[in-house]
Amino acid sequence: MRRSWFGIFFLAASLQAAAAEPLTSAREFLPAELKVLQADDGANPGMLWVERGQKLWSTPDGAQSKSCLECHGEAAASMRGVAARYPAIDAASGRPMNLELRINNCRTANMAATPLKYETDDLLALTAFIANQSRGMPVAVRIDGPAAAHLEAGKTFYFERQGQLNLSCSQCHDDNVGRRLRGDRISSGLPTAYPAYRLDWQKMGSLHRRLRACSLGVRAEQFDFGSQQYLDLELYLAARAAGAEIETPGVRK
Amino acid sequence: MRTARIVMPKTAKKGEIIEIKTLVTHPMETGYRRDDMGKAIPRDIITLLTVQYAGEEVFRMDMFPGVAANPFAAFTTIATETGELVFTWTDEKGEAHVEKATLTVT
Amino acid sequence: MTNSHDHHLDRRSLLQGAVVVIGAAALAPATVVATPESMSAAMSNALGGVTPKPGRIKLDISPLAENGNSVPLTVTVESPMTAADHVKSIYLFSPENPLPDIARFHIGPRAGRAQVKTSIRLATSQRVHAVAMMSDGSAWADSAEVIVTLSACIDAG
Repeated sequence: MRRSWFGIFFLAASLQAAAAEPLTSAREFLPAELKVLQADDGANPGMLWVERGQKLWSTPDGAQSKSCLECHGEAAASMRGVAARYPAIDAASGRPMNLELRINNCRTANMAATPLKYETDDLLALTAFIANQSRGMPVAVRIDGPAAAHLEAGKTFYFERQGQLNLSCSQCHDDNVGRRLRGDRISSGLPTAYPAYRLDWQKMGSLHRRLRACSLGVRAEQFDFGSQQYLDLELYLAARAAGAEIETPGVRK
Repeated sequence: MRTARIVMPKTAKKGEIIEIKTLVTHPMETGYRRDDMGKAIPRDIITLLTVQYAGEEVFRMDMFPGVAANPFAAFTTIATETGELVFTWTDEKGEAHVEKATLTVT
Repeated sequence: MTNSHDHHLDRRSLLQGAVVVIGAAALAPATVVATPESMSAAMSNALGGVTPKPGRIKLDISPLAENGNSVPLTVTVESPMTAADHVKSIYLFSPENPLPDIARFHIGPRAGRAQVKTSIRLATSQRVHAVAMMSDGSAWADSAEVIVTLSACIDAG
């Protein structure tokens, strides 16, 4: 009897060992002073948007003059863990929704409020505020059922050579992680720090803005903010980032 | 709608030196950049941050275009008495943004 | 009627002229670049002609700034910060940015200690200067060489 229990324990331990280590965040490649900046909530400029999001959370809006707070209560409780499982499949449409889409969906359906445009301070603020409630939590998105087809589409995109430079995401972000690209170190391409304060932008920006910059980087077609291509890719990136912790608001170069 | 963020302790012991960190959203447009059509983007910066503690100025910072966007400034002050701290950021047009915070001194 | 020699000179001088015009237009509105001389002038102006001595002030800034858009720094000055003996102002200067003045901090005995932090823009690799003006009229300076790999002012998507 004792031997079989030992066998089960050993099997369980080896299964855990077999689970892959989460990919390394780009935070580890940041110069020391920027890593310190990201960790300091009093100095991290991204926290300005988190703070704005906190104010917006309790501000009534829309024809019904409702605030997020009314339905969801305090975000620290109700939004904890949400960003970690996004993008998620919307039950009604069967399509992946990222936080931005979900926020706008909620605004139009439940608040009779106008949707917020990508890269507006208000949408960045709400997205960053909600994602910040999951800071430190491991990414764990569902990839079964209706998500499977979108995951596959995102994965195909990720491995496909694109643009005038004819590079796939994988060639840099899988095959050459840690190697230098001019003054930067190539990261694993995790989405966990977004929305992030990027020094190049001198402001907060969404993941889709960053993906558009990636597309530009290989001289490939830049898809629209909220496009199906970037949504499917976002799902694949989140699945790939399983176990890595949410960092929003990240500081990046 | 400008957002400012002040990070400081809510309470302190009398005589204690506390650090206050401030952030405010502002592009700090230098005036040297051009837009997509080649037109110069006009300069637009915050030029002054002042901090009043129970009515007395305890910190003042003159900013020029060389200060990074969304200016960060940290300084120290002695916790002398329970009182209100008033932070005022003023831009070149003279427009001011004000934030207040209370420090309780025991 | 011009001969071929004149034509050649005309075209070259036209091209040279065009390059100068394009170069000047790239920095708008007017080409303003600080020089060590203009920085010295700005420093002298701020300090009322007092020559700063090395010591008492420490400029903490990374020797390598991977992005010149936001370079964090800390300035600390040794001072008892009493009414009789304190730091009045701390100045940050750049010899290579478009303008020599970056920021000025004005503190006093209420500060408790003389330490300020901010994040600055650096247009290129340069030696950044920090100067403290004391209540007794003396001035103290420190500087640090910073290599900037990506200049502030480049918009990347």
